[in-house]
Amino acid sequence: MAEIHLKKLAHSYSANPKFTSEYAIREMDHVWEQGGAYALLGPSGCGKSTLLNIISGLLSPSEGEVLFDGERVNDLTPSQRNIAQVFQFPVIYDSMTVFDNLAFPLRNMKVPESKVKKKVFEIAEILELQDVLHNKAKNLSADEKQKVSMGRGLVRDDVSAILFDEPLTVIDPHLKWKLRRKLKQIHEQFNITMVYVTHDQLEAATFADKIALMYDGNIVQFGTPRELFEKPNHTFVGYFIGSPGMNFIEVARCAGGVEFAGITFPVDAGIQDILDQVPTDNLKLGIRPEFVHVCAESIEGSFECDIKHIEDLGTYKIITLDLKGRTLKARIDEDQQIPEHKVYVSFPKQWLKLYVDEYLIEGDSE
Amino acid sequence: MKKVVNNKAWFLVLPVVVLVAFSAIIPLMTVVNYSVQDIFDVNNAYFVGAEWYRDILQNPRLQDSLVRQFIFSFFVLLIEIPLGIAVALMMPTKGARASLCLILLAIPLLIPLNVVGTIWQVFGRTDIGLFGWTLTHLGMDYNYASNPIDAWFTVLLMDVWHWTSLVALLCYSGLRAIPDVYYQAASIDRASGWAIFRYIQLPKLQSVLVIGVLLRFMDSFMIYTEPFVLTGGGPGNSTTFLSQTLTQMAIGQFDVGPAAAFSLIYFLIVLLVSWLFFTTISHMDKAK
Amino acid sequence: MNKQTKKNVGISVYLFFVLLPIYWLLNMSFKSNEEILGALTLWPESFTFDNYAVIFTDPTWYMGYVNSMTYVMMNMAITLVVALPAAYAFSRYRFIGDKHLFFWLLTNRMAPPAVFLLPFFQLYSSVGLFDTHLAVALAHCLFSVPLAVWILEGFMSGVPREIDETAYIDGYSFHKFFIKIFIPMIGSGIGVTAFFTFMFSWVELLLARTLTSVEAKPIAAIMTRTSGATGIDWGVLAAAGVLTIIPGLLVVWFVRNHVAKGFALGRV
Repeated sequence: MAEIHLKKLAHSYSANPKFTSEYAIREMDHVWEQGGAYALLGPSGCGKSTLLNIISGLLSPSEGEVLFDGERVNDLTPSQRNIAQVFQFPVIYDSMTVFDNLAFPLRNMKVPESKVKKKVFEIAEILELQDVLHNKAKNLSADEKQKVSMGRGLVRDDVSAILFDEPLTVIDPHLKWKLRRKLKQIHEQFNITMVYVTHDQLEAATFADKIALMYDGNIVQFGTPRELFEKPNHTFVGYFIGSPGMNFIEVARCAGGVEFAGITFPVDAGIQDILDQVPTDNLKLGIRPEFVHVCAESIEGSFECDIKHIEDLGTYKIITLDLKGRTLKARIDEDQQIPEHKVYVSFPKQWLKLYVDEYLIEGDSE
Repeated sequence: MKKVVNNKAWFLVLPVVVLVAFSAIIPLMTVVNYSVQDIFDVNNAYFVGAEWYRDILQNPRLQDSLVRQFIFSFFVLLIEIPLGIAVALMMPTKGARASLCLILLAIPLLIPLNVVGTIWQVFGRTDIGLFGWTLTHLGMDYNYASNPIDAWFTVLLMDVWHWTSLVALLCYSGLRAIPDVYYQAASIDRASGWAIFRYIQLPKLQSVLVIGVLLRFMDSFMIYTEPFVLTGGGPGNSTTFLSQTLTQMAIGQFDVGPAAAFSLIYFLIVLLVSWLFFTTISHMDKAK
Repeated sequence: MNKQTKKNVGISVYLFFVLLPIYWLLNMSFKSNEEILGALTLWPESFTFDNYAVIFTDPTWYMGYVNSMTYVMMNMAITLVVALPAAYAFSRYRFIGDKHLFFWLLTNRMAPPAVFLLPFFQLYSSVGLFDTHLAVALAHCLFSVPLAVWILEGFMSGVPREIDETAYIDGYSFHKFFIKIFIPMIGSGIGVTAFFTFMFSWVELLLARTLTSVEAKPIAAIMTRTSGATGIDWGVLAAAGVLTIIPGLLVVWFVRNHVAKGFALGRV
């Protein structure tokens, strides 16, 4: 059981990195609290597996420290850190039975055989592997194999954290949700810190209490799935979370706020202060398609849009709109009736976010 | 992979069939023909049935060399398979040093068999060979040309030198095919070095080891040139193996009939033992 | 001593064992016979190229190399030409008798060369091929073809069928597809097959010697004649031996990057 603290951690695969682009992990400070269920979410190549391997000890970070409960573990091997890890492709010992596979870590620690037996049966029951305990592990299906590799982490009493590296990649879709629920259940039962790497936002949101979203070697946001959805603090979070991603419109400064194509959006005083201080012209307004308000008639504060395309996704529709030359997506209910060519949209103020140099800025007033 | 039924594929295998038929079936038929006849010259051949087979099976020279042959192949497998695995485990895993190791290991495999014999003939001599000279100067009474035990030792050493590389290369490539995550998982499971070998590496080596054992059995069982050059089968007949006995009979004495019967029995033994190896190993896998 | 150091020491010791006899041969090839038969020296005291000069100036010597290279190349060419389509058939199709045929091919690899000595001699004599390079090349096919089919079949099974189907849909004829797409895809396999074919054909002596007398006599057989009236000419023998190692070295050099991958991907 442990709290995992990454202190000024950075990692580069080249020996003498000179540019930030040479870092797979850019310098970060991050704490995973004891007993939490976390997801490490990001597109492929963002450094999430590298980070996981640094935590487990398969990789030694080039800079900074990894602390378990405040103690530096940089130089400890995975086994000394008491970490269990489940890999993308199930790793099982082909020549052994399921029982021997589960007993393997215990036997390696010279645990008495009677205790091994008790523990293995206990875990097999939780993972619903009792029926195949005495089968050869080689002949199991992919999801059973993955359960066996998970089980090898769970049999040990001393495990401080279990790390999952995209564990459901090779599992059939209809079994994925079952395994995910199993994981959740195990987390509640054992109170172990779990870190789950995935590129699938749905997987991350259903498994984790808190998601760390990684992009280009940085953790760009760490928060609950809801926070990531409602208040993405980086444009990438907006793009990546949600389907379709957040709408972003490039805007320019103007008196009293920002504008594009003659439409002015007033900003709060707090935000205006920040805007006045930064020299950059990289300003974007963002709003989630779910929060774009669409109606058939013009109302106060609404703008006329051309409908370019309507995609019917069964329970809802995604409409692609043209607002004065900018493309915009909106999500509306299946049964909402809209005209064929033109609609009116408005943007509720609390969902309209301003991004400066890709990062969210917020006024003090909120 | 699912295969499509297509009898036109016969056209693709036809060249192989014709070629192998020409170089295998015709000669094999000739052998069968000889083995049941007593031939004096082209016009005087008598059908003798199984007589040559009876003769050959009771021939003490053949029985002796058959026993020697089995002992030899047994030792070859006993030494070369574990040693080959050990060498593969010790090899560097990547980079220029791995390439260099591969090249150096492969050298003995590509030396003509009689040159292998010559190398060891020279190397083992007590007057001009480093190996024999060193042993003699260490006070050992070593002479492969006169002492049967020394001769056996040298022939075996030569075979180990010559062929262990093949087992090592097979195992090396088998080891490279094991994904890194297996080692990572083992390290997380606190597996000892022995446990990693026993439960990860060895099971993954199984398929290449089957090939290694079969090739080494077959080739050691058919060995001819190397011991012939090194010891000439001697001293006495102590290192005369099956192929040499057969060649003496066929070419040396021109006993065509018995030699043909001998040939077929020889062939059958190789087939039978190879088949036994193969089925035992594949059954061992299924049984558990 | 840590684990890695132990491994390095172990492999170094083994490589030393592999190289020492070869070094001894090399060492001898640069010595005169007087030095060889005199006191044992670890390196040539009076370094000489005379032994090599003997080989390169005497056609009966150097033609041996030419002969050996000729039949080995012929054997490799024949083997690949017939084995490639056959391996493709075995890896892609089921046809009447396929399994039996495959097994029968493999059994030929288990036939002791000594068994075929006499019938080969008679067969090739009767068709007028005795003492030609082709005779040796064909005889060696008996062992190289089954092995080649086996190795190549392993590699081809690793190439997904979809590749073939896509090519046919794209309008490739079988020949074009096979030569332009498929063969480049199994490059490693062909490299390893060539390695093994070369290996068995180059090192084999029993059949090569039996099927030749003058015109196509392999170098290995010529080497057995170094003993003259004055005893064995050790220096020339060693030089000839060293020269037989060089073609092998070249072949390994060319396939070195395929060997590790090749041995594992295919079945051998």
